[in-house]
Amino acid sequence: MKLRVQRLITPQTIALVAVLLFNWLLFPGFFSVEWKDGRLFGSLIDVLNRGAPVAILAIGMTMVIATKGVDLSVGAVMAIAGAVAATGVESGLTVWQAVPLALVAGLLCGLWNGVLVAVLDIQPIIATLVIMVAGRGIAQLITQGFIVTFNDPSLIYIGTGSALGLPMPVLIAVALLILTTLIVRRTALGLLVEAVGVNRSAARFAGISAMSLLILVYVFSGFCAAVAGIIVAADIHGADANNAGLWLELDAILAVVIGGTSLLGGRFSIPMAVLGAMIIQAMNTGILVSGFPPQFNLIVKAGIIIAILVLQSPVASRLFKRA
Amino acid sequence: MGGISMEPMLQGRGLGKVFGAHQALAGVDIDLFPGEVHALLGENGAGKSTLIKILTGAYQPDSGAVVLEGAEVAFRDPLQAQAAGIGTVYQEVNLVPNLSVAENLYLGHQPMRWGMLNKRAMHDGAREILAGYGLEIDVRAELGSFSVAVQQIVAIARAVKLSGKVLVLDEPTASLDRAEVESLFEVIAKLKARGLAVVFITHFLDQVFAIADRVTVLRNGKLVSTQAISGLSRTDVVRMMLGKDVVFAHSPVTEIGASGPALAEFKGLGRKGSVAPFDLTLHQGEVVGVAGLLGSGRTEMARLMFGVDLADTGSISLGGPLTLRSPRQAVAAGMGFCPEDRKVDGIFGELSVRENIVIALQAKLGWFKALSRDEQDDIAGRFAEALDIRAADHNMPVKLLSGGNQQKVILARWMAIDPKLLILDEPTRGIDVGAHAEIVRTINRLREDGLALLVISSELDEVVAYSSRVVVMRDRAMVAELKGADIAPQVIVQAIAAQEAP
Repeated sequence: MKLRVQRLITPQTIALVAVLLFNWLLFPGFFSVEWKDGRLFGSLIDVLNRGAPVAILAIGMTMVIATKGVDLSVGAVMAIAGAVAATGVESGLTVWQAVPLALVAGLLCGLWNGVLVAVLDIQPIIATLVIMVAGRGIAQLITQGFIVTFNDPSLIYIGTGSALGLPMPVLIAVALLILTTLIVRRTALGLLVEAVGVNRSAARFAGISAMSLLILVYVFSGFCAAVAGIIVAADIHGADANNAGLWLELDAILAVVIGGTSLLGGRFSIPMAVLGAMIIQAMNTGILVSGFPPQFNLIVKAGIIIAILVLQSPVASRLFKRA
Repeated sequence: MGGISMEPMLQGRGLGKVFGAHQALAGVDIDLFPGEVHALLGENGAGKSTLIKILTGAYQPDSGAVVLEGAEVAFRDPLQAQAAGIGTVYQEVNLVPNLSVAENLYLGHQPMRWGMLNKRAMHDGAREILAGYGLEIDVRAELGSFSVAVQQIVAIARAVKLSGKVLVLDEPTASLDRAEVESLFEVIAKLKARGLAVVFITHFLDQVFAIADRVTVLRNGKLVSTQAISGLSRTDVVRMMLGKDVVFAHSPVTEIGASGPALAEFKGLGRKGSVAPFDLTLHQGEVVGVAGLLGSGRTEMARLMFGVDLADTGSISLGGPLTLRSPRQAVAAGMGFCPEDRKVDGIFGELSVRENIVIALQAKLGWFKALSRDEQDDIAGRFAEALDIRAADHNMPVKLLSGGNQQKVILARWMAIDPKLLILDEPTRGIDVGAHAEIVRTINRLREDGLALLVISSELDEVVAYSSRVVVMRDRAMVAELKGADIAPQVIVQAIAAQEAP
């Protein structure tokens, strides 16, 4: 039991606790959670809810980064998925048709990325840049240049509804986290993905089908992006091709890195990446409630991130070992 | 040796270098005289590149000294060595392909006038320099638009311009065709006439005999010998490189029993530009040795057999006809391959010893038949014991193990899939004596268990000891298949060194 407690003390958990405590100092009501209208309310719940889209992106991004890749397209894929879902329900489809259609759009984007990376051997940063740039254009084509708003209550429920006392985005993120972690660790996928990330050439020699694994992780990342895109669209009751998911790919990458997964590939942890997403959201919320002038937001955020990264750096871990 | 003055230009005295626990270079002496072409030979891991890196300032020696024109020097980096007169040209031209030829020649030393780049002086100067090498090209064009041979000469011109005493050429001919090699040799001859000391590293014996005055051979980090080329035969050189004195009284061929039924048949397997079509049949319970120098096509042959490279001719039969499009299919058919370059193609450095051992089996089982942690521990434990893998803990990253133990981990990985045919490419290179013995023991044990093994090795002693047949590779083709009494180091060395057929 003692060991388990020790395993919980990581730079990530320390950082999250520190950020939360800081928020509490700035805003004493931060930790208060109340039950109202059959669901929980409070700043903490808010952090979970607002952080859910990035957490979902980070789940997919972790798998991609574990293969030594990166997926820059997730923000644009969110816009595409949101556009498909919104345009779908507006043109008379039910939620049960529009949402799967949006998910398929995400899967197709992922497949495109995967084929560029795995089959054509294009560097992931360039390969995924294609949809990062073109994706918003595609989303605009789908929405015909307008911000498509909708009133379909079922679709809106995905973004703003609640169940079991928790907001839907939180539940979806938690479900995806548990499901993915189980699949990755209970099958051999996790080990094989790590092997490809550590040494793709050796993986080939060992008889691992690196190509199908690579395609798979990009497809999965596209799927996660689509889920996040549907949530964001449902939340604002509309699809904004220009701004939905804008720059969120960078937050997702940051979440994965804060979670301790190296951009050089190999060892990865999905729960830690989700924790990373929560740290980022806790900072955003904290800066917002603190009343700092908004122009300080990005600088404060950068400072905290630097602190976390320094704590995780090889130099720091060597110092800790000596101490 | 005519024309070589008495005073050496550059000397290495008792140079030694240790990496971790590995003695890469030990007590090596080398003299380079002005006006000589000095070939540096040795198999991979012999210490050639370590020696060169010390002479050119990339490494600092742990023992010994570098002496330039009679005075001891200690270069902090290659730039300092370059300024002192020692220039290096590597196999991969390390110039800037998207700058012009002239800019590349003058990079860092551009002629200036009134604080501005004097382009005309630069272009004129570049034209003049290259004319000295018999090269008349548009010096304003991008370097990358020229052939590798031209780029190579530009690199040499730059090195000579900046240094001018000693020129080190590290496998300059590796990517050149015959005519380009000729023109490169003309350039080298001119530099020699100008009194430079040229160090020439290559794997091609023909070229050594065509251009070198003297040859220094290294093996396992030690100096074997430095001799004038005029007194040497090709056989002598191969023997020095492979360390084979003709002192083998007997070869234990007779101890190896008759091999079992044919297991795998490779017919006319070949790939253009890689290895000429060859036939090879492997039987159960036999070891076939592959001998040949580096670059002879021995590794390329193994890569074709394992599906790493795709063959464009020939057929394979292994329990039925087999078409290989990737190593995955070779593994599925019961093959395993320990590659020559462990770090690049073999180990997963960050992953644990346990994971490294089970990975091929897991890949073979597929995504959904995951080996449980207990099963993994069991497999890793079993093979670690069988092969005497010295790891404090099977959960430690494999990169922390010694080279020999890493090699055993890769061997264990393949033994875990219970293969029918194992290909080992230089399984004992660069590993300590204990691990070496263990690997040779394992090869023999696997043979007794009825596996077919193909073992590529430069260690002729070993090859002779465990092979029931030896095939010899030369110039990217299989040139001999030795059996019975012919499996002897002398015969192998002769087959390797034999002149090209006219």
